[in-house]
Amino acid sequence: MTKIAYVREKGIPPSPPPLTEVGIIRWVRQNLFSSWFNGILTLFSLYFIILILADFIPWAWGGHWQTKSLRECLDLDPNVACFSVLTARWKQLLFGLYPAEEYWRPTLTFILLLLSIVPILVPKYLKFFWFSAIYPGLAIWLLWGGSFWSVAIVYIGLIFGFATYVILSSKFLKTTSMALSASIVLTVLFYLFFSSLLVRFLSFLLPINLPFVDSLQLGGFTLSIVVGVSGIVASFPIGILLALGRQSNLPVIKMICVGFIEFIRGVPLITLLFVASVLLNYFLPPGTNFDIVLRVVIMVTLFSAAYMAEVIRGGLAGLPLGQHEASASLGLTYWQSQRLVIMPQALKISIPGIVNTFIGLFKDTTLVSIISLRDPVGLASTIRADSKWNGIYWELYIAIGLMFFVFCFGMSQYSQYLERKLKTDN
Amino acid sequence: MSSSNFPKEKFRWGMLLSDTRYRGTSLQVITFIIFVAVFFWLVDNTLKNLALMGKDVSFNFLGMRAGYDINQRLISYTNDSTHARAALVGILNTLVVAFFGCVIATIVGVLAGILRLSKNWIVAKLMSIYIEGFRNIPVLLWIVMIFALFTEFTPAPKAFKGDDPQASMLLFDSVAITNRGTYLPIPIMGEGAYWLLICLSLSIISAFYFVRYSRKVKKDTGKGFPTFWISICIIAIPCIIAFFVFGKPISFGYPYLKGFNFKDGLHLRNSLLALTLALAFYTSAFIAEIVRSGILAISKGQTEAASALGLRPNKIMNLIILPQALRVIVPPMISQYLNLTKNSSLAIAVGYMDVRGTLGGITLNQTGRELESMLLLMGFYLSVSLLISSVINYFNRSFQIVGR
Repeated sequence: MTKIAYVREKGIPPSPPPLTEVGIIRWVRQNLFSSWFNGILTLFSLYFIILILADFIPWAWGGHWQTKSLRECLDLDPNVACFSVLTARWKQLLFGLYPAEEYWRPTLTFILLLLSIVPILVPKYLKFFWFSAIYPGLAIWLLWGGSFWSVAIVYIGLIFGFATYVILSSKFLKTTSMALSASIVLTVLFYLFFSSLLVRFLSFLLPINLPFVDSLQLGGFTLSIVVGVSGIVASFPIGILLALGRQSNLPVIKMICVGFIEFIRGVPLITLLFVASVLLNYFLPPGTNFDIVLRVVIMVTLFSAAYMAEVIRGGLAGLPLGQHEASASLGLTYWQSQRLVIMPQALKISIPGIVNTFIGLFKDTTLVSIISLRDPVGLASTIRADSKWNGIYWELYIAIGLMFFVFCFGMSQYSQYLERKLKTDN
Repeated sequence: MSSSNFPKEKFRWGMLLSDTRYRGTSLQVITFIIFVAVFFWLVDNTLKNLALMGKDVSFNFLGMRAGYDINQRLISYTNDSTHARAALVGILNTLVVAFFGCVIATIVGVLAGILRLSKNWIVAKLMSIYIEGFRNIPVLLWIVMIFALFTEFTPAPKAFKGDDPQASMLLFDSVAITNRGTYLPIPIMGEGAYWLLICLSLSIISAFYFVRYSRKVKKDTGKGFPTFWISICIIAIPCIIAFFVFGKPISFGYPYLKGFNFKDGLHLRNSLLALTLALAFYTSAFIAEIVRSGILAISKGQTEAASALGLRPNKIMNLIILPQALRVIVPPMISQYLNLTKNSSLAIAVGYMDVRGTLGGITLNQTGRELESMLLLMGFYLSVSLLISSVINYFNRSFQIVGR
């Protein structure tokens, strides 16, 4: 029997990892100084950040908020920001030339906008979708004023059309298309001949009026949001139709859609806005002159609809042909298969592109300043033209830029969230 | 009874809409009729409106005297020149901004896109801030901001004056950045300069053929030359010799201060610089995202497979990753170039005279020919865009993956 002098019964306790391999030091080593090149990059970046912050923080932190003019700011301390221009003019930046006693109207419109988005964004509240549906009319009435009934009549007409369709299709006419065409004709007749009479009657019965506000008084972020949101809402369905038209195997429809999309995408938005402000009077019957904001909205809508169509076409092209064939073999009609099979998948693929188009549209609303509407960028030059604030730049630009950044960045973050949520593959 | 005896179906008018055999055709006919009707309605309205205003449609104004000055121009132009000449000056100005904007945007964008993927945390975050900042703020705001930076925060030319000036020129007294623009040295062509240019183009052509030859040798034998350095030599050495043989025909005119302004040298106006840089940085943020997603689109297996074959990292990048990533990157990048060109029409915000400023601006206002000017303007932008999309289509056709 051999004698064992020593047998270790317990293992050596693991020694703690070297100091350079734990915690913050490890993180710094791995993420900042993993090689000599990365080290130089890190030092360079740090130097750059410090350089900028050393200038920016004292400038912004000590900024004046309560002076009456830029002159006073400069007299107090010329090296810090003069945010007083925001204190003095924030109302203009938000509402433009909207009458001051009516500021509650754009504010309420904006709050209702947030509420009306909720049912679309959060599936749980989808049952409140009716509010999102009536919101556009409500917003138009709140912002422009006038009689409540002149806006409500649009909805009344739609309800009338739907009711006639239901009655006709169940009682009198057998085919759907017949009932549909008949109810469309009846609705058009309703709008043409009966609506003004009804508006007058209802206004007489129950007058609900808001003071009228002219379009040229709209401005600031109110204008950006009005143009942006109406463009977004309207361009989405038009974009889908254009994309379907471009994919269609009916040559005439395809040609019209391709021509429209390529034309719109080929010219800068600013020329289109120019057409809206200068040239549209040539194309309409002599004497017609309709609202400039409406014209701008139409042009912006058409512009982004063309881009939207291309994005959705990309999504459609990304779907395997089998999806079309499978839905056709199930006996679905063209529109049924589009609605139930193709579009849900194609739209899901194209979410990033769609949201990018929305963001682009919202940023492009600043171009209306070039046809002398008073959006924030246009207002910035108006404010600078005032002798009190002549020579102020960064305070205004930073404020405007921040507002746009919040909206656009928010949208892009939401789209990334949506993408992750809808992702079904592994 | 043979099977060919189908029951004859009687044609009813309702079938035009309900029967799939006819529906397509009848829909198209209806659409076409509506389309033509709307078109004629618009044309009719236009003719009526023109008649009411006592105007006609004519492009004669292009041959008339323009009567306004353009401060930034590439070709000779005076206010006695025609409107057509003014439009041409504008088109060239647009193309200048578009070209330099695209070059800068590509360089900055590719760098930013690659650096955003860097393992270095702080660099990646900085690039994210850069990209998100430029992407989410309207380009018009960037243009006016960068313009303000150039006009408000640069010294006036008089600050360079005196024995103890407040401002000094950069790069050995050759570049002056002032609030009236930036002055660069300008090359002056002396006698024999054309020989030098001919020499340069000849050596570039021969370097091109050398690269082709060395590729062929590499393909045949597996052994190659240090292609890059040899082609640099092929281009540089004859040119340097020729430069001295012809007696230094190209010299530089340096800007110098005279009175209250700089004389000589190449004068780049602030409007041009601000517009180009703003468009370039704005577009570079989009290009960076395209580059990033293009690189991410190549699956990791490709890198691993390549290194399993024993390729070195730079070979993996050049031979495996880039050729595949470029297929994803290039088409959207070209459409970003198109966007940049179209966005250059925002030149009006800084008073740069591009084609929208001349043809669609002053010419339009002076002659009152809105319809004709806008048609020409749109025609210009449309032809640029069609040209660029045909380039994209060509690229897609020639580089798409060949299906098995």
